[in-house]
Amino acid sequence: MALRLTKPRRVTGVWALAGVTLILVLTLTLPPFRTYQLATVGAYLCVTAGLTVLTGLNGQLSLGHGALMATGAYTFALCCNAGWPLTLAFAAAVLLTTAAGAVIGLAAARLRGPYLAGLTLAVAVVVPAITSTFDGTFNSDQGLPVALEPPPATVTVEQWQAWLAWGGALITMLLLTLVIRGRFGRELRAVRDDETAARLAGVSVARTQVLAFVISAACAGLGGALFAVLSQSVSPGAFPLSLSLFLVMAVVIGGLGRLAGAVWGAVLLVALPALAHSVTDGIEVQRLEGNLPLALFGLTLVAVMLAAPGGIAAIRIPRRRKA
Amino acid sequence: MDRFVYLTFDGLSRGAVFAAFALALVLIWRATRIVNFAQGAMAVATAYAGFSVSSATGSYWLGFAVAIVTGLALGAVTERVVMRFVDHSSHLNGVVVALGLVLVIQGGLGMIYGNEYRPAAAPFSRDAFTVGGVALLSRFDLFVFAAVGAVCVLLALLFTRTAVGLRMRAAAFAPDVARLLGVHVGGMLTLGWALAAGVGSLAGMLVLPTELGLHPNAMDVVFVSAFTAAVVGGLDSAPGSVAGGLVVGLIVSYVSGYLGATVAPIAVLVLLVVVLLGRPGGLFSRGKARTV
Repeated sequence: MALRLTKPRRVTGVWALAGVTLILVLTLTLPPFRTYQLATVGAYLCVTAGLTVLTGLNGQLSLGHGALMATGAYTFALCCNAGWPLTLAFAAAVLLTTAAGAVIGLAAARLRGPYLAGLTLAVAVVVPAITSTFDGTFNSDQGLPVALEPPPATVTVEQWQAWLAWGGALITMLLLTLVIRGRFGRELRAVRDDETAARLAGVSVARTQVLAFVISAACAGLGGALFAVLSQSVSPGAFPLSLSLFLVMAVVIGGLGRLAGAVWGAVLLVALPALAHSVTDGIEVQRLEGNLPLALFGLTLVAVMLAAPGGIAAIRIPRRRKA
Repeated sequence: MDRFVYLTFDGLSRGAVFAAFALALVLIWRATRIVNFAQGAMAVATAYAGFSVSSATGSYWLGFAVAIVTGLALGAVTERVVMRFVDHSSHLNGVVVALGLVLVIQGGLGMIYGNEYRPAAAPFSRDAFTVGGVALLSRFDLFVFAAVGAVCVLLALLFTRTAVGLRMRAAAFAPDVARLLGVHVGGMLTLGWALAAGVGSLAGMLVLPTELGLHPNAMDVVFVSAFTAAVVGGLDSAPGSVAGGLVVGLIVSYVSGYLGATVAPIAVLVLLVVVLLGRPGGLFSRGKARTV
């Protein structure tokens, strides 16, 4: 038992160290635009990692993580504009989103399947309405600029963004790995697989579900704040319903069973639009812009669900079950 | 008071559309235990088809017919090509596949028609009749009531009075037994999806002229309202979804009228949360339980 516990921990440390090295090397060698894309992957990874824990390990589907990201981003923007230091603004964004996630999670723990999906969908749709209703604070559709402190000397803006994003992403991955490895991870999976059996085994189903939602909300809040760092502005247009759907798609295609799937998903979220963009670059059709990736994402999602429900991280021969 | 009366009629008209849309959700839920999250996108797609035909031929009614027929066909194709092959071992799968369809349809519409709002004409005047200085209903509202009422009556007759309706109910409630008794269960599911998508198309054609117009995302908020209506009604009950639709329509209308249009989606979310936490079986569930 002791062997099984110590070995993976050392492996995690090696992975974390390799990640830090890789990011440092990449950010110091890549051209600015690639560095920016790398930073975007990092920001997405925070969110997809949290969503993998929620959907993959705990079996709760959330279509509202775009809205949680918006919560983090707006909190971060408001704190930055009030002159708070960077770390405090991040902390505030994560804390407030965690609180919002706790509220939704409390409701979610009593809901199953399509009911939960519908409720979180309503949360995602309500973002523009909230920014318009309280336009004194959120400035309606225009959104807010983010007054960031300039990066330390000799560091370019893109490198600074990439370090912040991947710092957040690596910390998130590390913490989530530690959290899901132990007793809590087993409880998450037990609740996902059979609630009644989990309850009989002494697992508090509701507490586990709320905690899973809170954890993934905190990750979404951090991801949202990092998005505010990347775009240096926040507006409801940056967090549309399709963003929430993209996130679900990313973790499903990446693979729901393990955290590695979140990395694939985050890469996909950046790579697919870039790929579609380079394909349509030669063609002078405005309408393809943005819409082609949408259709591609959807097709991939449907194809993966029908052919390989395990996603990229668990590609294997699909089992056919006769009814 | 005049304003209250006007908002009430306006709310009932909106509610009738939500009711039709919720009815489409309930039809599929009862048959397959899937909430069709692609319903809104499917309705928008058929509305685009309908309004394209209308603007090409100049005839609203030809476009209207095309939209409904496209809806029936799209529903049948969706069931036959995609939904039939979804693995039902997890309830997440159906939802995720439907979301994939949403992305495909919205991306496809954006590529074909562009992402700007296009006008969606109404077949009748939307100016309200006034009785004694109080604005009540427009011709278009009357058309909405007539269309939704006709659909409700037709569906009720289909399910309670015809052999096909009986087979569809049997296929939904006891597929294995129905199959043994010679019912073509797969065909009944296809028919159910076709009917639901047709009703959804009708709701789309009725709601789009009252909103900003045609847009790939035009039905997102309508979908949430209709989902709320279906949940208020219990998700399993067709009459419940109609009542739920009217309740949601009235709430949206009053909140838009008195607090501002931007508050309406927030009110719908609050209603959804309250109903889900208070009475997850729908507002009418407890009454039923007591009569047993």
